[in-house]
Parts: sequence; structure tokens; C-alpha cells
Amino acid sequence: MTAPETAAVATTAALALGDDALVLSHRLGEWAGHAPVLEEEVALANIALDLLGQARVLLSTVGDEDELAYLREERAFRNLQLVEQPNGDFAHTIARQLYFSTYQHLLYAELAAADGPFAGLAAKAVKEVAYHRDHAEQWTLRLGDGTETGHERMQRACTALWRFTGEMFQRVDGLDVDPAGMETAWLESVRAVLHRATLTVPEGPRTGAWTAGAGRQGVHTESFGRMLAEMQHLHRSHPGASW
Amino acid sequence: MTNTDWPLWEVFVRSRRGLSHTHAGSLHAPDAEFALRNARDLYTRRGEGVSIWVVPSSAITASSPDEKDPFFEPAADKPYRHPTFYEIPEGVKHL
Repeated sequence: MTAPETAAVATTAALALGDDALVLSHRLGEWAGHAPVLEEEVALANIALDLLGQARVLLSTVGDEDELAYLREERAFRNLQLVEQPNGDFAHTIARQLYFSTYQHLLYAELAAADGPFAGLAAKAVKEVAYHRDHAEQWTLRLGDGTETGHERMQRACTALWRFTGEMFQRVDGLDVDPAGMETAWLESVRAVLHRATLTVPEGPRTGAWTAGAGRQGVHTESFGRMLAEMQHLHRSHPGASW
Repeated sequence: MTNTDWPLWEVFVRSRRGLSHTHAGSLHAPDAEFALRNARDLYTRRGEGVSIWVVPSSAITASSPDEKDPFFEPAADKPYRHPTFYEIPEGVKHL
């Protein structure tokens, strides 16, 4: 591979990982002022800030972080469709966290062990993400194996988001990881958590024509446009504004 | 947001250089595992601690403010109880 080709591939990968972190961070930030209890609000904001830190590092390797975050159109974002899904009720947010954090933890552990361009970031982020994963697992156990309402809502959320989980294991140019191996580990881990939480592992398809899965190619779901409008409107209305 | 029936927990944090856990504050959590995690998010975000204890507030027996005088007043006028009449030898730490 020539040098420019290597750089282009690294850019593709950095955009994919950076957009995942940025978009999920924004979604979690939407809980500020709305979380069920103060303690949980701080926990979600904390996770959002971890992700925002990762996004800043990754997007800065591609270009100007503000331009990338605030001035790109919807089709230019390369995040998974899973992370852009609306918060829904608290169970939906937790199911999204469980699916994504498990994936991100496996991914960053592999990247940290490899000798690639993301080893440094991944080594630092993998500790943050281990906590995000633990947080989501603890909540899944309590909601699933708690009250009847909690169980019902958690099951509904796990099932609703299931079809977005196949996309995580598409190959991304520039990421030197083994998607098939990661998918096996992911399924094993998520199934074990759902079993412990007395939840049923969803049976619907995770890949294929009727499921989601083109976020990495810039195709996004309906609610993403509204989220971007809210995230970008201040910067677009007042270019260059600062505190 | 204050309408929660989760129990209250007291949080004790041991700082990097400290030898003992110090009371940091309190929080609500559904159980001990979550109390630890909430404590981590609320009280150690800026690297304040290396160890956390959480204790149900209901498990703490406190002295009553009404009994303050009988409890503590007599100790105030007995200076001979305070080890202030000798010099601390060199090399003694944590005193």
C-alpha cells in the first residue's frame, strides 16, 4: 500500500470509531436533566464525557474536530445505526449501552494489544469502556430480574435494538481486528448477561435485507437527522462562537 | 427527581496518600453494588481516591446533639490528656 492509501484507510477507521463515540456521547448527554435519579444522571454524563474524549482524539487525527462534528451532513457520518437510536425509555438506553459497550470493549482490547495506529488511544479507552460495560450489565440484571414492569421494558428494548447489532461486525478498512471472532465473543457475553437477567435472547435477524446496517456507509435512520440538527445548530448559527 | 425510595448510603473514600477512609458524603442507590458505582462517579472522578467504602446510613448510630455537653465537655479542661508535653522523636511518621 502506498503512503496516501494507508492514510486514507486510517482516516476511514478513525471516522468510524470517532463518530460512534461522538453520536453516542450526544445521545447520553440528552439525559442531562431528565434521568430518573440524580446519581444515574451523573453516571450517564460521566460515560458521555468518556466517549466525547475518545471522539475528540479520533476526529482530530482526521481533521479539525469542530468542523467534523458540526459541519458535516448526515450522509458523511460513519457511525453505527445502533448508537444513533433515540434514548427511548431508560431500558432502551441501557440495552443500547449493553450492546455497544460490549462490542467497544472487545474492539478496544484487540486494538490495544495490536501494534496499529489506535493502540495508544485504545489502551487508555479500554479501561473507561470496561466500566461502561459493567454499568450496562449491572442495570440489565436489575431491570430484567427486578419488577414485572422492569422485566417487560428491558425485554422490549433488547428485542427492538437486536436488529442493529449485526452491523458492528462488518469489516472496517484500517481496523486490524478479527470481526468474526469478536462477534462470537460478543454473542457469548450478551447471551450470558441476558440469561442471568432472566431475559429471552431475541431471535430476530441481526444481518440481512430487512435489518439495519449501513451506518458505516453513511446511511442513517430517521431520528439521526433531528439529533444532528440539535447538535449542530448552535455552531452553524454562530460560526466561531466561543465561551 | 428527588422522589426515590432508594435507601441512603454513606460514602468513605481513602485518598491516594491517606491511611484511612474519610467520610466524603452520601448518596441514594438501590443496593450496595450500585452504591459503590455511584460513589465512584460522584466522589472519585478527579482521582481523589484509591478505595471506597459504602455503608447504609441506617446502620450508623450517631451521638445525639442534645447530649453534646455530657459527652464532650468534660474532655476540654484536662490538658494532661493531650500528648503535648514531649517532643516527637525524629523519624516518627503519621503522628
